[in-house]
Amino acid sequence: MSQIALVGAVELGLVYALVALGVYLSFRVLDFPDLTVDGSFPLGAAVAATMIVSGFDPWLATFVAIVAGALAGFATAFVSVRFGVLHLLASILTMIALFSVNLRIMGRPNVALLTQETVLTPFVGLGLDDLWVRPLFLAVIVLVALIGLAWFLRSETGLAMRATGANPRMARAQGVRVGAQVIAGVMLSNALVSLAGALFAQTNGFADVTSGVGTIVVGLAAVIVGETVMPSRRLWVALVSCIVGAVIYRLAVQLALSADFLGLQASDLNLATALLVLVALVLPKLRGRALGRTLGRRAGA
Amino acid sequence: MIAVENLSVVFNAGTPLERRALRGVSLALANGEFVCVIGSNGAGKSTLLGAIAGDVSAAAGRILVAGRDVTRQPAEARAQHVARVFQDPLAGSCGNLSIAENLALAAGRGSRRGFGNALRRERAEMLVTRIRELALGLEDRLDQPMGSLSGGQRQALSLVMATLAPSSVLLLDEHTAALDPRNADFVLDLTRMLAERFVLTVLMVTHSMRQALDLGTRTIMLHEGQILLDVSGEHRSKLSVEDLIDAFRKARGEELAEDRLLTS
Ligand SMILES: Nc1ncnc2c1ncn2[C@@H]1O[C@H](COP(=O)(O)OP(=O)(O)OP(=O)(O)O)[C@@H](O)[C@H]1O
Ligand SMILES: [Mg+2]
Repeated sequence: MSQIALVGAVELGLVYALVALGVYLSFRVLDFPDLTVDGSFPLGAAVAATMIVSGFDPWLATFVAIVAGALAGFATAFVSVRFGVLHLLASILTMIALFSVNLRIMGRPNVALLTQETVLTPFVGLGLDDLWVRPLFLAVIVLVALIGLAWFLRSETGLAMRATGANPRMARAQGVRVGAQVIAGVMLSNALVSLAGALFAQTNGFADVTSGVGTIVVGLAAVIVGETVMPSRRLWVALVSCIVGAVIYRLAVQLALSADFLGLQASDLNLATALLVLVALVLPKLRGRALGRTLGRRAGA
Repeated sequence: MIAVENLSVVFNAGTPLERRALRGVSLALANGEFVCVIGSNGAGKSTLLGAIAGDVSAAAGRILVAGRDVTRQPAEARAQHVARVFQDPLAGSCGNLSIAENLALAAGRGSRRGFGNALRRERAEMLVTRIRELALGLEDRLDQPMGSLSGGQRQALSLVMATLAPSSVLLLDEHTAALDPRNADFVLDLTRMLAERFVLTVLMVTHSMRQALDLGTRTIMLHEGQILLDVSGEHRSKLSVEDLIDAFRKARGEELAEDRLLTS
């Protein structure tokens, strides 16, 4: 694998690290499986790219993308909390709706950012090797997101959010407004994912309506890979593991794609990722059952 | 001060499964009163506590907590004044959060939750002090997950959690029922101790007639969603377990007699 491919994989891994943090928040913290992210990732890309092409400041464009993602999360969580629609179904509805919304925003299936200024432009030509500008920039953004999220989840409000996901009945008895917590958490999660989309568009130079397909599975894969390589109950380790998982995942993908003897194409990625997540989900269960059998036998003896 | 006025609760209203769990219950608790609630299965004890906490909605009547009508308030809004310990030791805490985090969450009950560290120094120190008093050695394990504790330890902690923030009433629904006799005694002693120390107003459901007479200041017997017996003071101190059983029998006997009248 060439150095360019390697750095490219790390770069993409850092973009998806933001997705992984968002997915961690919805799946792990809130226990709210949220497929909205398949729509909010391209939403962020669409909003950022369209605004930048229209001449807006790239930072403003990125900020608006974050807000748009939060609104998408609000739509899902509000429908689920207020009207009791199953979380998965509510998120699928938003995801489908966002496909149309994203097309409307861009006016066409994809928008290219060729010569436009992006959030990265000021950092290009500062004497740093161009190859490293993007991953370094993304690393800083991811670090800020990590610190912010760790700080938030350790706060009074963050603790209430974690309790909401872990034991809603107990949370309510402690005076936590469970519905509001779910809405806030899903908004935050989608804001992160939308930020990832906005940065994806700016680092890769385009936004595409189909770029969101499988975002949720990639995010889950990153979370699960991270949990496997860095198992820990500590909050900040869990957050770091999401980032590490996302980077490892992208590196593994790059490795598989560049291994010619495997004959894999980029389009095989979703299948491979789905299988990876499936194995990761099933393996602990199988292991648990095998353990149960051994213990059962021992108890019987 | 809490008061329940003419409270009725109906489950599955308007269906063939309709069940009137409470029929016009009125009850006022003065500050510092410790009331034991007894009654046979299905009498409506849990329903009464659930209605006060806000889990169960009232079909008629009013509930006043700290002088305010809370009848239409959701459980999370009442939590400021209502503390509780569930029967199931797993229900009252989060198994995958640490002991300290569970305690911190409970310490914030009733106050606005902001963005300050939930386990800031002075609070962490306060929590350690409260846990050390239990003499269970848990003060050294505050970073471990709640799920690593036994049911008895968890229930003792749930009780401490319920007393970290002030409350107008503490609801205990058979909170020792899932424990072995030794742990049940420990948690019961702890209940008595905490109630005295913080001058708590307590509503405790139990199936033990002995406890219902020995513990607290007042005993109430529920039957078929109504208060059948309400004793305190001197009258209560003269009452024996046999008297309570007699009252139970009489209630059920009248019911049997009525049934016979209806069917014959
Ligand atoms: N959620 C519910 N839906 C329907 N009926 C219910 C519900 N909860 C309680 N009931 C019914 O209301 C009546 C009172 O129940 P409750 O749980 O208050 O009794 P209890 O006195 O706590 O009994 P136990 O000693 O068994 O705990 C029972 O007939 C019960 O079947
Ligand atoms: Mg009960």
